[in-house]
Amino acid sequence: MSLAAAQSATSRPTWLALDKLGVLIALIALAGAALPFALFRANRIVLGEPRSLLDALPSFPAALLIGILLVGFAVALLRLPIIAKLVAGFAVLATLFVVIGWSAGYLTPEGDTFARVSPGAGFWLLVFAFALLVTDALTRLRLAPLARIAILLAVIAAATLLLWSGSWNDLSLLKEYSTRAPAFWAEARTHLALAFGSVAIAAVVGMPLGILCYKVRPVRAAVLNVLNIVQTIPSIALFGLLIAPLAWVAANVPGASAAGISGIGAAPAMVALFAYSLLPIVSNTVVGLLGVPPAAVDAAKGMGMTGRQRMVGIELPLAFPVILTGIRIVLVQNIGLATIAALIGGGGFGVFVFQGIGQTAMDLVLLGAIPTVALAFAAAVVLDALVEMTSRGVRRP
Amino acid sequence: MTIGNLLRVLAFAILVLLLVNPDLFSGFFGLFARDTQPAIYNQGNLLDITINHLGIVLAATLASTIIAVGLAIIVTRPFGAEFLPLSRSLANVGQTFPPVAVLALAVPMLGFGTAPTLVALFLYGLLPIFENTLTGLTNLPPAVTDAAKGVGMTGWQRLVKIELPLALPVILAGIRLSTVISLATATIGSTVAARTLGEVIIAGLTTGNTAFVLQGGLIVGVLAVLIYDALSALERTLMLRTGQLGRASA
Amino acid sequence: MIEIDDITKVYNTTAVVDRVTLTIEPHSICVIVGTSGSGKTTLMRMINKLVEPTSGHIRIDGQDIAGIPAYELRRRIGYAIQGHGLFPHRTVGQNVATVPKLLGWDKRKTADRVDELLSLFQLDPAEFRDRLPHELSGGQQQRVGVARALAAGPNILLMDEPYGALDPVIRAKAQEDLLSIQRRFGTTVVLVTHDMEEAIHLGDVIAVMDKGKLLQCDKPAEIIANPATPFVAELIGTSERPFRLLSLATVADHLEPGTPDGEPIDATASLRDAYAELLWSGRSALPVRRDGQLVGQVTLDALARLARPQ
Repeated sequence: MSLAAAQSATSRPTWLALDKLGVLIALIALAGAALPFALFRANRIVLGEPRSLLDALPSFPAALLIGILLVGFAVALLRLPIIAKLVAGFAVLATLFVVIGWSAGYLTPEGDTFARVSPGAGFWLLVFAFALLVTDALTRLRLAPLARIAILLAVIAAATLLLWSGSWNDLSLLKEYSTRAPAFWAEARTHLALAFGSVAIAAVVGMPLGILCYKVRPVRAAVLNVLNIVQTIPSIALFGLLIAPLAWVAANVPGASAAGISGIGAAPAMVALFAYSLLPIVSNTVVGLLGVPPAAVDAAKGMGMTGRQRMVGIELPLAFPVILTGIRIVLVQNIGLATIAALIGGGGFGVFVFQGIGQTAMDLVLLGAIPTVALAFAAAVVLDALVEMTSRGVRRP
Repeated sequence: MTIGNLLRVLAFAILVLLLVNPDLFSGFFGLFARDTQPAIYNQGNLLDITINHLGIVLAATLASTIIAVGLAIIVTRPFGAEFLPLSRSLANVGQTFPPVAVLALAVPMLGFGTAPTLVALFLYGLLPIFENTLTGLTNLPPAVTDAAKGVGMTGWQRLVKIELPLALPVILAGIRLSTVISLATATIGSTVAARTLGEVIIAGLTTGNTAFVLQGGLIVGVLAVLIYDALSALERTLMLRTGQLGRASA
Repeated sequence: MIEIDDITKVYNTTAVVDRVTLTIEPHSICVIVGTSGSGKTTLMRMINKLVEPTSGHIRIDGQDIAGIPAYELRRRIGYAIQGHGLFPHRTVGQNVATVPKLLGWDKRKTADRVDELLSLFQLDPAEFRDRLPHELSGGQQQRVGVARALAAGPNILLMDEPYGALDPVIRAKAQEDLLSIQRRFGTTVVLVTHDMEEAIHLGDVIAVMDKGKLLQCDKPAEIIANPATPFVAELIGTSERPFRLLSLATVADHLEPGTPDGEPIDATASLRDAYAELLWSGRSALPVRRDGQLVGQVTLDALARLARPQ
């Protein structure tokens, strides 16, 4: 706390002072409250008609939402304890998510299957504002890794409950989903297989390669340079460049096409994602091993450990958090990149994104984008927590 | 001249030749096209498309640099310190958004064409620059910042004369990352009708003409590698000049 | 003159510096000694407002520093720290010229001053002016750091463990440099260290701090002879006391008539050196030489007397 803040604290209660971030959040939220809360369209194609907060909801939930928003404003603006901000933030977000489903049911005329209701700019701004509040509170609380995972699980559980309860079924997003539910899950499986599969293969190949690079200096420079160049090539270009060689393999290597290898589709996507994953894993393995305290290695030598025992018992465990950080980077990156695989027929959530762009159906874009972002976000939270847990007792330079 | 530099010059020469006079290469690309298909992209001038592609990337990266460096400076000053933890988390969360999603979500607000691509590149380009500027400005050697205060520099003088020059290599690394990501994302911009090299690749993909895919991919790939290389070299020179090689490698 | 008047600095709820009052005479070297966490560095950093006191006042030549903008005050006070803190992206010359430039000196005057200071610290300006700090050895970097602190000719020089990172040989040389430069410019020096040996060697006055409190502030001889608290005594080291006392005076200060045989000792040597030489060579008296002439003797008996508190 600054000296000025400490002095002002003596003259009036600490909480009765404006929080700078709170002012920003309140401004964003105010703009959100003023902008259309929901968009109504008579059918999927026509332009949306904005509905303000008061028009989009029956009077009772509208009043409830406004009441809770006002409490949220107050909590954000004042210098209250962090935990109070966290609770208020989550409460407002939960209310917003429940109420938008309610609004969809309210705005859709009885029995009209063509009408579409989607969240408006106001809704998104409100969500953004209070997500800021929650993020800031979570950052300041410096929660232990397990607590962070627990909060993530609670949020997932709440989201599942919301979707399962059917209260969102009138939203355009869910209507897009219900017309293509089987495809959604098939693409989800492809997406997961592409993202996780490529990282798994890259880890199996990359860690030994990293150890080799660590031990043999000339190999290190060469391998890292080549991987650096691969990393630099734009994904769509790399996908494209792999089409020709893989088509050749499929045509000329016996059994290759039977094994599912072809010029377009999942094979080039998998190969490209694998290629992108190698650099962070290999270079983090090298950096991690280089960062092992020389004294520890020296002591291990002094006690008569063989090279293999040192690597397995001392060096790799000490380097592990850094290697895991590399895996975290590529996993988050590949979950995002896998969307582009759809361009070469590789499938994944990107299918919906590109279909949506093609049909100018934003809800379809969201159907592909939201699961991708959620997946990447969850992977980041879990792996960050794992990195922190494995770093205990390992001093980072 | 080292082998690496020779390769760079060679790659650049071939790139320029391909852009200025693509027909020279029709024999090579013809190997990948079916007989009925054109070997060289015929729905636009490759040089124009490339210049347009680079222009979009340049404009977006410039804007990202100005805003990201400015924001990072604000949150590292005393009056912006309250925003520091949040901004770190936001930069972290922002990285989980795939570029395609940012691009697609910019369309409803801006329609099709160059505008959503520019906005997506700008937004996505903010993150690496912001993060690196933050790292650069917060990881300065404490003895140096202490000395800067101790000799009586004002906050502004410390920022301009000491902190920014010392953080420059790290900031540049962020700009380099951002540029490379933008080069790649701009290709996807052609799915929302921006005039970029992606249209060559996508035209190839939709008509099954591998020659198009190959020339589009080669041009973007070589451009990306050359730009990445040039910016890396600039960083190394700067770090050597300031005697902090090894400090900013993270 | 620096008057520190009832100064306190509280971090959270701990008083890092607790009601310290101390007056530092002009043109003297005051060494603040203490273990780490004693508050010595915080106390020093309040003099150039790198730390704002929680309560109390500091006056420099009678003027309360609370009323002077921090950056203006700091330009008037030299500041040298451990690990030198040179700006790595600026040449040696630019580093030294920092404060003159901030003060708006003209180019000619600044350049002359830079060359003068570099020569003073035995760094050939032509050779070193345009080098970058990382091209220098540790000892050279440290000298540039002090040169930078002295560039604008400040009346006061603050030094925070300036020799902490140097090896013993270079450190001894740097200490001699400081003493000769202090004598030449008459700068008031406030130096922080944890090394009592260094404090006794350099200080006109030693201030001993522990847990934020000023335990004792006196001339070295007085501190050695009459430590105010057991902690001060421990810091000096009971078995070291006589030798530390002897190290304070030179042979010239205690000359006796007479010229015994054997290898003479220089008049500028400390009594401690003379004592060591007497023990080592098994003699009871040493002839003393000044400018090549024998001028008297120093005896074991005299030293035994001088090694006790007077």
